[in-house]
Amino acid sequence: MEVFLQTLVAGILKGGLYSLIGMGMSMIMGVMKIINLAHGQLMMVAMYVTFACFHFLGLDPYLGLFVAMPALFLLGCLIQKYTLNPLMEVESILPENQVLMTVGIGMVLTEIARFIFTSDYKSVQTSYSGATFFIGETSFSVALVIAFFIAVLFTLIMFWFLTKTDIGRSIRATAQDKDAALLMGVDSKRITIITFGLGSALVAAAGTLLLPVYYLFPDIGGPFTRKAFVITILGGLGSTVGAIFGGITLGLAEAFGATYIGMAFDDMIGLIIFILVLLFLPGGFKRLTKI
Amino acid sequence: MKKYAPFVLLAILIAFPLVVQNSYYQHLLILVLMWVVIGSGWNMIAGYTGQVSFGDAAFFGTGAYTAGLIASKLGLSAWWGMAFGGFTAMAVAFPFGWICFRLRGAYFALASLALNEICRHIATIWEDLTEGMAGILIMPTFLSKIPYYYIALALAVLSVVMVQIVMNSKWGYYFLSIREDQDAAESLGIDTHHYKMISLNIAAFLTGMAGSLFMNYMGFIDPEVVFSLHDISIMAILVGIVGGVGTVYGPVVGAFVMVAVHEFFRTGFFGFFKGLAGLTGSEFLIVVAKYIGQAHVLGFGILVVVVILVLPNGIVGDWNKIIRKLVPMKNKGVAT
Repeated sequence: MEVFLQTLVAGILKGGLYSLIGMGMSMIMGVMKIINLAHGQLMMVAMYVTFACFHFLGLDPYLGLFVAMPALFLLGCLIQKYTLNPLMEVESILPENQVLMTVGIGMVLTEIARFIFTSDYKSVQTSYSGATFFIGETSFSVALVIAFFIAVLFTLIMFWFLTKTDIGRSIRATAQDKDAALLMGVDSKRITIITFGLGSALVAAAGTLLLPVYYLFPDIGGPFTRKAFVITILGGLGSTVGAIFGGITLGLAEAFGATYIGMAFDDMIGLIIFILVLLFLPGGFKRLTKI
Repeated sequence: MKKYAPFVLLAILIAFPLVVQNSYYQHLLILVLMWVVIGSGWNMIAGYTGQVSFGDAAFFGTGAYTAGLIASKLGLSAWWGMAFGGFTAMAVAFPFGWICFRLRGAYFALASLALNEICRHIATIWEDLTEGMAGILIMPTFLSKIPYYYIALALAVLSVVMVQIVMNSKWGYYFLSIREDQDAAESLGIDTHHYKMISLNIAAFLTGMAGSLFMNYMGFIDPEVVFSLHDISIMAILVGIVGGVGTVYGPVVGAFVMVAVHEFFRTGFFGFFKGLAGLTGSEFLIVVAKYIGQAHVLGFGILVVVVILVLPNGIVGDWNKIIRKLVPMKNKGVAT
């Protein structure tokens, strides 16, 4: 029972962060109808930004959020504006060119990070990195609990933003029907740029929050890109609520898989879930929740 | 003139190892021919049928492991892998296609990416069968590269001819109609699922054969090499899109360009910067040479970005556009 509870807690805490990653991807997915295969790499860039702030300026990783998120917002906007938007006008046989483009961007980002920071594993050691507290017999990692609550906070802010503000509504309108939104006077090009920026900022938050309890190297992006698309498929394409459920489900599945099946299967489990969802619940949780 | 170009190219390729004895260039050309095979496979499923696959390494690795396991577990010659590699790759492709062809566009691409990763994990975890990360080592059959060269050439010719024949048959038109508009194809009575399966299996067969050849030629495989997303799957896509999506000779051109670019970066512009640094004794150039050697993946990434932006249909597909840009005078002459 103790092991079970411990695994449950670990899964939910990890799931909170996964939700943040998935939410960014889901928004980009919803508005642009493309899968952003550079998502994990953007997270990697954010982690390096925070790492650099910590290493050179002595900035606490949580304060690093205020540097990494705007930086990644800007980077995301630039990527969308100068590489992905021009593709919309290019005539080509394959409509998946934008997906291929994100793969290329991911490669470039990874290699640039390798140039600057080398392939060595890096980590941020803070006073609370290894700290834990106990409730009953179950231990909670302080850093992960903080990360979980900040993730919840960001999720709430995003909800407020998407449902109450003008830009947020424009984003949702564009996601639902691009042409109709255009006719209603929404500048869809500007919206795609903002959306990509926001998605990048969200994944930047996830990366920064993960940094105190994780390690960092240039190839870390790939596995997280895969996790992100598993979450997006699991949650239902383009659904923000779905992404939250998807993130927590994946976190739980990975934690239970690692405990009861074996650590080596950590990555496999996500992919098996992916195939199972495609087989038995195409459309993901969105089909169940209708949101 | 254009009609005879393939035959001229073939004659040059047949004569090549007899003229150029340097085994380094022979090695490069063997790689080019192998990529022609993989690129043709990718072009079949993605370029002609429009189902972009990010999982070619799954088929490639299956073919390679078939050859490797036949040699290491059954004690037969690894060349038997050439006979079975294509079929085991089809055995992977069949259930995958059956399940995942209900997905469209980018989602199919994602599913194939997942297939790639699943295969890599299986090959890593199932140590009893595949030796895991230790990999499989076999003794090469020939010391000289020339037999490998001609086998690779035969396979490359086979794949190009196969693509040509298939695309001139009824199947080819079905494939194209699926790429252009799947719903319209379906409404005209084309069983799109069935023909996508055929296309995928042809692609898997070719890629699996290339994998078996790789095992026989290189003599060593491990999961990170043959199931690599970047070095195999993405490279296959690059060969396809750089050469020209949906053209028979696109993969041929693409394979030449990509292997050349790869070597270009890996050797630091064929030792150009190193030589220059040695000549001038400049510290700066030595550093540049060192970094360029490490930058081949970066070069690839930038190449993807540039090619997609500037030549979305590849060198062969956009050939007329390139000519028009390069020779503006000629174009004016035709117009007037």
